[in-house]
Amino acid sequence: MQPLLSQACWDTLYMVGWSTLIAVVVGLPLGILLVLTDRGGLLHNAVLNKVIGQVVNIVRSMPFIILMVALMSFTRWIVGTTIGRDAAIVPLAVGAIPFFARLVETSVREVDGGLVEAVQSMGGNTWTVVRKVLVPESLPSLISATTTTVVAIIGYTAMAGTVGAGGLGDLAIRYGYQRFESQMMWIIVAILAIAIAVVQFAGDSGARVLHRRAGKGGEPFRFRKRAAFLPGGPVTADATATPGKTG
Amino acid sequence: MITTQGLTKVYRSRGREVTALDGVDLHVREGEVFGVIGQSGAGKSSLIRCVNLLERPTSGTVTVAGQDLTALAGRGARAGRELREARSRIGMVFQHFNLLSSRTVQDNVELPLEILGHSGQARSRKALELLDLVGLADKAKSYPAQLSGGQKQRVGIARALAGDPKVLLSDEATSALDPETTRSILELLRDLNRQLGLTVLLITHEMDVVKTVCDSAALMEGGQIVESGTVSELLATPGSELAAALFPVSGDASGEDRTVIDVTFHGESATQPVISQLSRTYNIDISILGAAMDTVGGKQVGRMRIELPGRYEDNVVPIGFLREQGLQVEIVENVAQEPVLLKEGVTK
Repeated sequence: MQPLLSQACWDTLYMVGWSTLIAVVVGLPLGILLVLTDRGGLLHNAVLNKVIGQVVNIVRSMPFIILMVALMSFTRWIVGTTIGRDAAIVPLAVGAIPFFARLVETSVREVDGGLVEAVQSMGGNTWTVVRKVLVPESLPSLISATTTTVVAIIGYTAMAGTVGAGGLGDLAIRYGYQRFESQMMWIIVAILAIAIAVVQFAGDSGARVLHRRAGKGGEPFRFRKRAAFLPGGPVTADATATPGKTG
Repeated sequence: MITTQGLTKVYRSRGREVTALDGVDLHVREGEVFGVIGQSGAGKSSLIRCVNLLERPTSGTVTVAGQDLTALAGRGARAGRELREARSRIGMVFQHFNLLSSRTVQDNVELPLEILGHSGQARSRKALELLDLVGLADKAKSYPAQLSGGQKQRVGIARALAGDPKVLLSDEATSALDPETTRSILELLRDLNRQLGLTVLLITHEMDVVKTVCDSAALMEGGQIVESGTVSELLATPGSELAAALFPVSGDASGEDRTVIDVTFHGESATQPVISQLSRTYNIDISILGAAMDTVGGKQVGRMRIELPGRYEDNVVPIGFLREQGLQVEIVENVAQEPVLLKEGVTK
């Protein structure tokens, strides 16, 4: 049981790590682009805005398990196979990118337009505005968004077992559900609960430190429950792991 | 230093058109503090944003320091390199300060220098120098959230000066501040204007601001400049609303058979105590009903409402005497009528 669990933990960590990285690297610019190309934005472009918005909506509306199947040929093209951990990262990342992009969009939209104007008045271009204003000023919020995304991805990975990627969720389903070994399932639930608590705590602390410095802190930080709006609805891992701390 | 010609700005949204600026001709001389005053919605904000082209004018030209900015702007919505370089030589301060909350005070002041591509050492030297100039040297490592409103605006001013601008635009810089702080910020602007030879264009809805720091002023109404000129030019203009608002006088006649007149001193004349001369020469008792006077450079500037005994017909000669002294005299027919301009900004 021990080696099974440690392998599963490692698999989950591997998938979550890589897909979070990809989601942030692609989702951040995408989210910023959504703001910039919107009406009144610095790069106002109605067509581009609509296209990105629609793609984001379509991907987000797809249940993850279907997304995984739908992306099979794309996955094969990228990693050469549709089975295993690496193959699971592709749909995980693709599913998480629009999710994260929307969160980024919300965060960046909250940045005061006056700051953008100030930087423009100093002779800054759009890139300067993004680098010096939009990202640093929304950083606390972006960290929270990343936390939410990591938690969501941990939820997605439960389904990655379908393509033989392993991981904790897969183990829980195979042992807990298919073999009636409920002990294994509860251990995994506990591990997931702790993992998510740790991620949430780390993210909240980071966001709070930045918030306080910016003079917006003080109020208790609420736990976000955005994971409930994932494609495919509430996900097993998340649904079982959060009740203890939604309070 | 700043000239706009036929500046027009029309906002279009969902088929409706709103004209914010309607053929504005503005001329700000080098080294002066020029105030544009008007009520909300008069087009002041659009005007100041058009000067550094944060807003693209629909038509008309803007020239700053001999450079035609509207020509630099090109046709696209985005600012090209030349326009951005021109902007970096125009400082701007804002009503709500617009400091980056994620950066320290010093880093905020360094921001324009980062954009200009200065090295780290040069940036921090310049930033500390500027913070010293605005009296905040000890706050360099603080975050904006830890500062008071007045201090934040000082940081905003230091930041606006980082690019060694010749021109400073002030967008309601004191409107979010209390009167005491407003005064100290205006003093700072005045000092900078004198020390650095900075040309300042400020917009405000507070008459006091114009009165405290401005050499020249313009009144905006409905997107147009209604009056404009130096303070003494405005005073010399009969019926100037701005002069009346800058130097408000009021007071009713104490009875029948009195003549009430408004006397305007606009600097060129009035080196002698004319009122007492008038009293002595014609042996009449004069009561002063109200006065709003300032002494600028040893000359009296302002307006005074005085009451002479007898009807107008009896006072033709004394009034002629005042006119001879180079003063402007208006007979107040209906005393009850008060200047209605800019009620919110006027303080007695």
